[in-house]
Amino acid sequence: MKKKKNVFVSFFSSVKLTLFVLFMLAIFSIVGTVIPQNKPAEFYVKMYGDNMARLFQALDVPDMYSSWWFSGLMTLLCVNMIVCIFQRFPNAWRLITMDNLQTKLERLEKMGQRWISSSSLSVDATAANLKNILVKKGWHTVERRADNSVLLFAQKGRWSRLGVYIFHVSILIIFVGAMIGSIWGYKAGVRIPETTSTDTIYHFGDGKPIKLDFKVLCKHFKLTYYENGAPREFRSDLVIIKDGKEVAAKSIVVNDPMTYGGLTFYQSSYEAYQKMLIRLTNNDTGVSKEFLVRPGEEIPWPREDISFGIINKKATPVPGHFDYKIWVNDKKAEADTFWMEEDSTTSFTRPGAKYTISMKEFYATGLQVTKDPGVWCVYAGCVIMILSLIVAFFMSHRRIWVHVSETGEGSRILVSGMSNKNRVGFAHSFDALVNIIKKDILDNS
Amino acid sequence: MNSSQLLGISTLGFLMASALYIGALIFRARIAGLIASGVTLLTFIILTIGIGLRWQESYQMGFGHAPLSNMYESLVFFSWSIVIFYLILELKFKNRILGAFAIPFAFVGMAYASFAKGINQEISPLIPALQSNWLIAHVITCFIGYAAFAVACGLGVMYLLKSSNQGRKTALIASLPKLKIIDDIIHKTIIFGFLWLSAGIITGAIWANSAWGTYWSWDPKETWSLITWFVYAATLHARFTRGWTGKRIAWLAILGFLSVIFTYFGVNFLLAGLHSYGSS
Ligand code: HEM
Repeated sequence: MKKKKNVFVSFFSSVKLTLFVLFMLAIFSIVGTVIPQNKPAEFYVKMYGDNMARLFQALDVPDMYSSWWFSGLMTLLCVNMIVCIFQRFPNAWRLITMDNLQTKLERLEKMGQRWISSSSLSVDATAANLKNILVKKGWHTVERRADNSVLLFAQKGRWSRLGVYIFHVSILIIFVGAMIGSIWGYKAGVRIPETTSTDTIYHFGDGKPIKLDFKVLCKHFKLTYYENGAPREFRSDLVIIKDGKEVAAKSIVVNDPMTYGGLTFYQSSYEAYQKMLIRLTNNDTGVSKEFLVRPGEEIPWPREDISFGIINKKATPVPGHFDYKIWVNDKKAEADTFWMEEDSTTSFTRPGAKYTISMKEFYATGLQVTKDPGVWCVYAGCVIMILSLIVAFFMSHRRIWVHVSETGEGSRILVSGMSNKNRVGFAHSFDALVNIIKKDILDNS
Repeated sequence: MNSSQLLGISTLGFLMASALYIGALIFRARIAGLIASGVTLLTFIILTIGIGLRWQESYQMGFGHAPLSNMYESLVFFSWSIVIFYLILELKFKNRILGAFAIPFAFVGMAYASFAKGINQEISPLIPALQSNWLIAHVITCFIGYAAFAVACGLGVMYLLKSSNQGRKTALIASLPKLKIIDDIIHKTIIFGFLWLSAGIITGAIWANSAWGTYWSWDPKETWSLITWFVYAATLHARFTRGWTGKRIAWLAILGFLSVIFTYFGVNFLLAGLHSYGSS
C-alpha cells in the first residue's frame, strides 16, 4: 500500500462504497418490482393519480431499469470494481509470484502454524529426510542453502489467489455482453401463415419493418393438446430460403429456437383462421394442389374438373380436435360425402380417378426474432463466474517452510505454514504433516 | 402406496423430528437427539422414494416430467434439499443441536405445500414454456441455494439466541455450540448458498433465453433473485473486507433469507410476472 493516496482512487476503491451501492441497488430494484414497468402512460395516471404519474415520468420510474439513475448505480458499481481490481491486483500478483525463499526467519518463527523440534542428524541429512516426506505428501519443494542451515519451501494453490479477481472480471464481462446486445441487437416479431414465406420482420419497439436478406418459410404449424385440454406443443416447421435455395430448416418449438444468420427465431404465438388447409392429390397422375377452405364454401379445382367443400364439423374426444364432413362432386356421378379427422389423410374414388385428401387446420405461426450478438459474451461471463467462484471459495494458497539449522549436537527443525483461507482446514493438514515428521524423527534417532 | 401418501408421511416425519430436535435442545436429552437424527434420516429416505414415485407416476399418466414443475413440487424439493444439506452438516460438524434450527424449516415447507390454500398438488402436464432441461437445472440449483440460506438463517437465530443470553448460564444456552463455531458455519453455509444461487440465476437466464429470446427481462421474480444475490454479496463483502462477524452477519443471514422467502412467495402472491405458473 502506498502512503500517498489519490482522493479519487480512495473513494472509488473503498469497499464501503461497494456495500453502499449493493444495498442501494437492492433497495431501488424493489421499486421496479412493485410499480409495474413499461405500461402506457394512462396506466400510471389511473393507478397513482396525475401528480404521482408526472413525478414517475420525471424520474423514469415506468422504465426504471434503463433509467439514467439506475444505469448510474450500475456504472458506479463497475467503476468501483475496476478501480478496486487495479488497486489490489498488483499485491495479489506479488504474492503469487514472490520468492518465498527470501522470507525472513523472524517471520517464520512467528507464523500462525509452526512447530519446532530437533534431530540428532546433521543439517543435510535432516533436510534431505524432510524433503522426502514433503514430496511424498505432494509438496514439491525448492530450497536455499546457507552456511549452516537449509530452508525448504513448498506451496499449493497459489493461482487460486486469482479466483476472486477473475470473479469480479466475469461480472464486467457479463455487463459488456449485455451492452453489446443492447447496442447492436434488437427484438422483432413476425407472423407467417402456414405454407407462405416472408423476408420482412417488425421491430418490437417501434413496429418498423426490417428487411432480411433471406426468406423464412413456415411449411407447417402444428398445435397439440393434452387430454385435459392444456396446450402440449406449438411446433413450426421453418425453412430458410436464400437466393431461391433452401439453406436451412428446423422444426422449432417453445424452448428450442432456430438460429440463422445471427438471428434467432422463437416460437412465441399462433393465430387460427377458422380455415382448413386441404391438399388433394390425383393418385393416377400425381398432380397435387393445396387449398384454403372455409367451412361451407364450395371450392373448384378446374384442372381436375372437380369441386369440394366442408359441410359439417363435430367434436372428438381429443380436446381441440374435430372431425369434418367433406363433400366432393365432379358431375360424372352422385356427389360423395364422408367424415374425416383433422390432421389425417384418406382417399376416395371418383369415376375419373382416385384421389388422396389430407386436411389440417390452417394457422399462422407467431415468431419472435432476436438479434443479440452479445449473448455469447454473457454466457462466457457466466461460465467464468461459476468456475472462479469455486476457485475463490474453495481453494486456498497454502505455503509451508521448513528451516533446518545447525545446533551443537544435531539440527533444529522449524516447520511453519500459512494459508490465505480455510485456516482451520489448513491447521488440520499441517498437524497431520507434523505428525508424520515427528514419527520420522523418532525412527531416525 | 402412492407418492402422495409417502409425502404425507414425510410431513409427519419432519414434524416429529423437529419436536425431537427441539426437545433434545431444551432438555439436553442426548437420546432424543439420536432418535431425532434417526427419524430425520428415515423420513428423508421416505421423501426421496416419494419424489421418485411421483416422477414415475407422471410417466404412467403419459406426460412424464421431473417433479420440479410447480409450487407444490418445488416446495417439496426445497424441504428435501434442506434435509440433505442439514444431514451433511450434522455429519461434518458432529452436532445435533443444529437440527432444532434447520429441520423445522423442512417441516414448514412440507406442511405449507400440503395444506396452504391455492397450492395444486396434482401432477399436471407441462405447458410448452416449461418443457426445458434448463428449467430443471434452474429449479435444482436455486433450491439447493435456498436450502443453504434457510439453514444459515436458522443458524443466525441460534447465534442471536446464544449471544443475547451470554451472561446467563442456562443449560439450554450452554448446550449450543460456541459462538465462534456457529459464526464459522453460517459463513460457510452462505458461501455455499451463494455459489448455488449464482448458478440458479444463470440457469434461469439461459432458460428464459431459450424460451423467450431474452436472458434478462427484469421481471419481478428475476429482479428479486438479483436482490437476494446483492444482499448476500454485500454480506460476503462485509465479512471479507470489513471484518464483520457475529451478530451483524447473523442478522444479515436472517435478512437474506427473508429476501429468499419474498422471492419465492411474495412475488407469486403480491406481484405479477412471468413466473406466475408457480402459484398454481
Ligand atoms: C463493485 C465493486 C466491487 C468491489 C470494489 C469489490 C471488491 C471486493 C474485494 C476487495 C473483495 C475481497 C478480495 C479478497 O479479500 O481477496 C471482494 C470479494 C468478493 N466479492 Fe467483490 N467487489 C465488488 C463487487 C462485487 C459484486 C457486484 C459482487 C457480486 C456478487 C462481488 C462478490 C464478491 C465475492 C463473492 C467476494 C468474496 C471472494 C473471496 O474473497 O473469497 N463483488 N470483492
